[in-house]
Amino acid sequence: MGWCRLSVAGSRKVLRAKCGDFYMNRWILAAVVLLAAPAQAQVTGNAFNPAISLILDGKFSSYSGDLDGYDFAGFPLDPEIGPPPEGLSLGESELVLSSNIDDQFYGFMTVALGDSAEGTEVSVEEAWIQTLALPAGFSVKAGKMLSSVGYHNNQHAHTWDYVDAPLPYQVMLGGALGDAGIQVRWIAPVDLMLELGAEVLRGDSYPAAGAGDSGTGTWTAFAHLGGDLGASNSWRVGLSRVSFDVAGRSYDLLADQGEFYGSGSVDIVDGIWKWAENGNTRARTLVVQAEYLKRHEDGRLDVTGDTLNGSSPYDIAQDGFYVQGAYQFRPMWRLGLRYERIHGDNADLQPPLNGLLDTSGSPDRVTAMLDYSHSEFSRLRFQVASLDNGQGSESQVFLQYIMSLGAHGAHQF
Amino acid sequence: MKKSLLLTCFLVAAPGLADAEMSVFACEPEWASLATELGGNLLQVESATTGVQDPHYIQARPSLISRVRRADLVICTGADLEAGWLPLLLRQGNNAKVQAGQPGFFAASDYVNMLEKPQVLDRAQGDIHPFGNPHIQTDPRNIGLVAEALNQRLQSLDPANVATYEARYQDFRARWSKAIDGWSARLEPLKGAKLVVYHRSWVYLFTWASLVDVGALEPKPGVPPSSSYLSELLARLKDQQILGIIQSSYQPTRPAEWLSERTGLPILILPHTVGSVSGVTDLFSMFEVLVSELEATAAGTAK
Repeated sequence: MGWCRLSVAGSRKVLRAKCGDFYMNRWILAAVVLLAAPAQAQVTGNAFNPAISLILDGKFSSYSGDLDGYDFAGFPLDPEIGPPPEGLSLGESELVLSSNIDDQFYGFMTVALGDSAEGTEVSVEEAWIQTLALPAGFSVKAGKMLSSVGYHNNQHAHTWDYVDAPLPYQVMLGGALGDAGIQVRWIAPVDLMLELGAEVLRGDSYPAAGAGDSGTGTWTAFAHLGGDLGASNSWRVGLSRVSFDVAGRSYDLLADQGEFYGSGSVDIVDGIWKWAENGNTRARTLVVQAEYLKRHEDGRLDVTGDTLNGSSPYDIAQDGFYVQGAYQFRPMWRLGLRYERIHGDNADLQPPLNGLLDTSGSPDRVTAMLDYSHSEFSRLRFQVASLDNGQGSESQVFLQYIMSLGAHGAHQF
Repeated sequence: MKKSLLLTCFLVAAPGLADAEMSVFACEPEWASLATELGGNLLQVESATTGVQDPHYIQARPSLISRVRRADLVICTGADLEAGWLPLLLRQGNNAKVQAGQPGFFAASDYVNMLEKPQVLDRAQGDIHPFGNPHIQTDPRNIGLVAEALNQRLQSLDPANVATYEARYQDFRARWSKAIDGWSARLEPLKGAKLVVYHRSWVYLFTWASLVDVGALEPKPGVPPSSSYLSELLARLKDQQILGIIQSSYQPTRPAEWLSERTGLPILILPHTVGSVSGVTDLFSMFEVLVSELEATAAGTAK
C-alpha cells in the first residue's frame, strides 16, 4: 500500500502511523514523537490510577413488636449480625478500588466505613489480587475475599435485591463468608459453563474462629454449572461445602461468657434463573434465586461466669433456605417477594449447662420489596417484612437509598 | 456421499481437528459478521449479543464466560461500550490469550477516529463514554478501517493461512469500496436532512451521510424518555422540516410513537447491526436496508 494514515486519539494518547514505505514510516514516526511530546507531558498520573467507585447507602428502619434484634431459638449468632438500627441510619459507605496491576495480575479492594455511636469504623471488606494469565483455564486469587461458595455469598451488598442478606446466610455464615486466603478456580473448556474451585482461608471469620490449623482453619470447595436457554433465559446452579475449625468462638450468655471449640461444615445448594425478553435487561426482566444451607457443628461449649461454670459437648444442626424473585415490570421499577425459613435442632447441653441455650426453633420471614433505579448508578427501595421467630412476630419497614459514584463497575451474573 | 458422511463423523468425533479453526468471540454481531467475511470457514465465530440486544446492558452470563474461556480471539467495539460486562467476562473466563493487550484481544474502536469525546466528564450528563461515542459501526468507512486491522490480526494469529486471509480481505475490500460508493451516491440527495434519534448512537452515520441530528428522545444518554422531556422536545421541533425519527430495534417504540402522533413524523427502525431487523443478514444487507429506508422516507416526504 502506497499511502499513509496518521491519527492521534486525544484523551488516550494513542498514536498511530500506518504507512507502506519504510522511510516514510520513519519520518512520520519521528514527527509523531515530536508532536506528541508536549501532549505526553500533560498526561497526569490519573491515567494510571485504579478505577475508583464509592457506594453510599442510607436507610430508615422501623420495627413493630417486641423482638429485640434477631433472637432466634436454636441459632446462637455472630454478634455482628442483626437488623439495621431503628430509625434513620447510615449504612456502610464502601470505597472500591480496582485495576489491572500488569499483564499478569488484577487487584481489587473494598474498604467499608461504618458510622456508629462509638465512632467511625474502618474495615477491609476485600483486598485481593487475581492472576490473569495462567494457562489451561486456571486462575488464582489471594488476599481477603468473599468466598465463591453459593450464589449470594460473593454478591456485593449494593447489588442485592433486598435491604438485607437472606436469613440463612445471616445465621449460618454471619452474612457472608469472607476471610483472608487463597482461591484456585478452573473453568472447563466445554460449552456449558463448568467452574470448579477450592479455597483455603485463614479461619478467623464466622463461623470459624481462632485461625485454627496454623491459620488455615477454613476450607471450601465449590462447583457451578450454567448456561442459556434461548436468547431470553440463563441459569446457574451450584454445590458448595465450607469446612471449618472453631478455636474459641465466644457467646454472650447474659451474665455468663461462653466459648465454643470444635469443627463444623456448611453445605450449600444454589440456583438462579434470569429471564429478560430477548436478553434485554432494560425492559422487563425476572430473576428467581433460591439457596439451601445446612450447617453442622460438633464440639464443646465452655461457660465461665457469675451464675454458671461448666463444660458440655455441644452439637448443632441447622438448615434453612430462601426463595426470592425480583420482577422488573417496567424500565427502572422492580417488585420483589422473598420467603426465608431457618430451622435449628441442636442437642441439649449436659448438666449443669442444660437449658442454657434454646435448642430448636423454626423462624421464618416474608418480605416484599419495591425499588426504583433512575439510572444504573442510583436506587431507591421500599421494603416490608413480617418476621416470626417462634416466640413472637414483628413487622419491619425499610426505606433505603444505594448510590454508586465514579467508575462504571461490571456486575456479576 | 458415504465418504463425506464418514468424514463428517470423523470430524465431529475428533476434537483435535475441529480445533484447527480459530474460535472467535465477537461482542457485537457486526464484528462477528466482519470476521466471517475475512476468515470464512477458517474461523468459528460466535456473537455474544444479538441484533435485538442493547450492547450496553448485557449480563456477564455463565454461557459467555464459557465462550470466552474457549476463544482464540475476542473482537469487541471497546471504548467502554462493553464496560458493564466485558471486563468481568475476561477476568472470569480464565483465558490468558484474550486479555486486553494480548494479540487475542481486538478492540475495533482503536482503529477509527472517535467522535463526540466529552469535554466534561460528569454522570449528570447521563451514561456518557469518556473515550467517545462507541457506536462506530454505522459509518461503513469505519468498517473498512476495522477490516484492514482485523485482517492483519488474523494473519498474525494464524500464520499458516496468511494467503487465504489476504485473498479474502482483498476481495472484501474491493466489494466494500464499491458498495460504499453506491450508498454514498444514493444518500447524496439527503444531505442536510434533519432527524430525531432515540439514543445518540447514529453520530457516525450522520457524519458520513451529512445528516443533521435535531434532538434525542432520551434526555441524557441511557436515561429513558420522560413525558415532560418529550413535551419540551416537541416544542423545540415545531416549525422544523424534519425527515423522521430513527431508532434501533431494541429500544422501546412508545416514545417515538408519542412524538409521531403529534408531529406526523415517520418512525424508522434502522438496522444498527447485523440481525437487528429482518432481511439484514450481513454487513452489506445492513447498509443496503439502512440506505433504502432513508431513501424511501425521503421519497415519501417529498410527495
